[in-house]
Amino acid sequence: MTRIDAKFAQLRAEGRRAFVAYVMAGDPDYATSREIVLGLPGAGVDIIELGMPFTDPMADGETIQLAGQRALAGGQTLDKTLQIARDLRETDDTTPIVMMGYYNPIYARGVARFLADARAAGIDGLIVVDLPPEEDSELCLPAQAAGLNFIRLATPTTDDARLPKVLTNTSGFVYYVSITGITGAANAQATDVGPEVARIKAQTDLPVIVGFGIKTPEAAQAIAAVADGAVVGSAIVAEIAKGRPVAEVLAFVASLAAGAHRA
Amino acid sequence: MPDDLINSFMTGPDENGRFGDFGGRFVSETLMPLILSLEAEYERAKTDPTFWAEMDFLWKHYVGRPSPLYFAERLTDHLGGAKVYMKRDELNHTGAHKINNVLGQIILARRMGKTRIIAETGAGQHGVATATVCAKFGLKCIVYMGAHDVERQAPNVFRMRLLGAEVVPVTSGRGTLKDAMNDALRDWVTNVRDTFYCIGTVAGPHPYPAMVRDFQSIIGKETRVQMQEAEGRLPDTLVAAIGGGSNAMGLFFPFLDDKSVNIIGVEAGGKGVDDRMEHCASLTGGRPGVLHGNRTYLLQDGDGQILEGFSISAGLDYPGIGPEHSWLHDVGRAQYVAITDREALEAFQLCCALEGIIPALEPSHALAHVMKIAPDLPRDHLIVMNMCGRGDKDIFTVAKHLGFDMKI
Repeated sequence: MTRIDAKFAQLRAEGRRAFVAYVMAGDPDYATSREIVLGLPGAGVDIIELGMPFTDPMADGETIQLAGQRALAGGQTLDKTLQIARDLRETDDTTPIVMMGYYNPIYARGVARFLADARAAGIDGLIVVDLPPEEDSELCLPAQAAGLNFIRLATPTTDDARLPKVLTNTSGFVYYVSITGITGAANAQATDVGPEVARIKAQTDLPVIVGFGIKTPEAAQAIAAVADGAVVGSAIVAEIAKGRPVAEVLAFVASLAAGAHRA
Repeated sequence: MPDDLINSFMTGPDENGRFGDFGGRFVSETLMPLILSLEAEYERAKTDPTFWAEMDFLWKHYVGRPSPLYFAERLTDHLGGAKVYMKRDELNHTGAHKINNVLGQIILARRMGKTRIIAETGAGQHGVATATVCAKFGLKCIVYMGAHDVERQAPNVFRMRLLGAEVVPVTSGRGTLKDAMNDALRDWVTNVRDTFYCIGTVAGPHPYPAMVRDFQSIIGKETRVQMQEAEGRLPDTLVAAIGGGSNAMGLFFPFLDDKSVNIIGVEAGGKGVDDRMEHCASLTGGRPGVLHGNRTYLLQDGDGQILEGFSISAGLDYPGIGPEHSWLHDVGRAQYVAITDREALEAFQLCCALEGIIPALEPSHALAHVMKIAPDLPRDHLIVMNMCGRGDKDIFTVAKHLGFDMKI
């Protein structure tokens, strides 16, 4: 059982929905980013998605693109991203950390070495946007063999015929992308999302978490109510981009978490 | 894999879109269903005579194919060695090879019922070709172009607008061709249901590299026939410039199994292929990675971050290369070399002076390599270089480099 499985078992027992927060590692700088990540569990975050900056984030909107650029300009590297996870693990051994990003920085390190490094740093799962099921042998299967969850994205274009292919080899949870689009763009609508989550749950026992287009505590509540949880990324990153003090960023995160937890 | 263990170099890609270890389908889930339906539609079209009948008709009457295979007599005399032929794809409608491929993709888009066409462009040639064919068929056309390229290729921007296309200057990332491709992919993910992404080169997720190659192969097929007519035999050496590599793949592909034919791809060496990385030579100066849907050689740092290419030619200014070229490089079927900006500028001027042809800066790279090798080859050695685009778009850039004041 991974930390992710344990977290969902705990949430189920408590009758709560999950609140998942995304931040870009190294944004706006290493020290601030580290401080924010270490504060996320205290702000009510159930699962941390730690973004790995990449020069060419083709599924991300401007907010997360710029966050990646800030991180890279500040000298963020894969090693420094893993260091943030290691630092969190010194005080927190239960909050799952999922690394989210694109394949090339992982491929450049070498899959076997990356998986060993990620495990050692206390990483629990991976979301890699540009690895569909057709490329499972690249990272998905080696990651599962190494004891990491590989969390797949399901989208509005994933029809019933294709869904089993997406769900096979997915573990931890299913990340439902609420819109056809990039991060931080259109608003997710609970009326659209509800039936889609039900469609996925009919084919899997894994928890279904919804992300993309969730920006406010109210939206987090509405979406979490029709799923097993909600992810907020761009809205948090946008607060960081404004140069808000860490305490204010974490207060905003806490308001989102409270929204999702009201569901 | 050693050369002699491969029966044919023309059977790729495999069912997963791989040329050896290169290629593949590294895209987000949102795009996967569409990529698969595009592949299915292309497979149907490939064996549908009505599809090829429409292509052949338009290639002939709209594009002006076949393009001539021209013996460059004065250039040959000047170099004093091999006989140099030019495949004149710069004479195509819109002035480059790009339209060969665009026609195929737009006909496919129409077959799939897509009404909105998006494209990325570097030098603007692919954007102009896409805008042209969209105008002809009454399709909405949006072209993503790096803000830096919008500036250095102003005539093509105006052409696209005249043709009714919306040109979107891309400022994300560093505002270059790779960023234009990122923004096109972001548009596609957002508008996946009605939009067709018309990719301009032999890169991107499967089936694009194979599909674009197949459409561009008209260049090599014609060359075979024309050289047979001119010299009664196959050429000895093929030379073509490579950014993404579509004009080169189009010339090379029909000759891959002719072992007597020497194949050379010419990358943009910018200011020189060295540690400063001020070049676009992915094969000579990069290593394998994953970007824009495929695994291929890329310019990147040790942490897998993609580097910006540098070249005088906007059309070669891309940090990757088509995956089939990566494979041909690794198995040794084709040879890849780099030519610097300075060498390309010399070839550009020589071609103007000796042949009365103003070449684009892209094929000027190929020509520069021909200038290097031809003098040492015997007089019966036949070289074909692909004159894949005309240079009207580049005269401002060249004037600047030659210190000529263009203000009227």
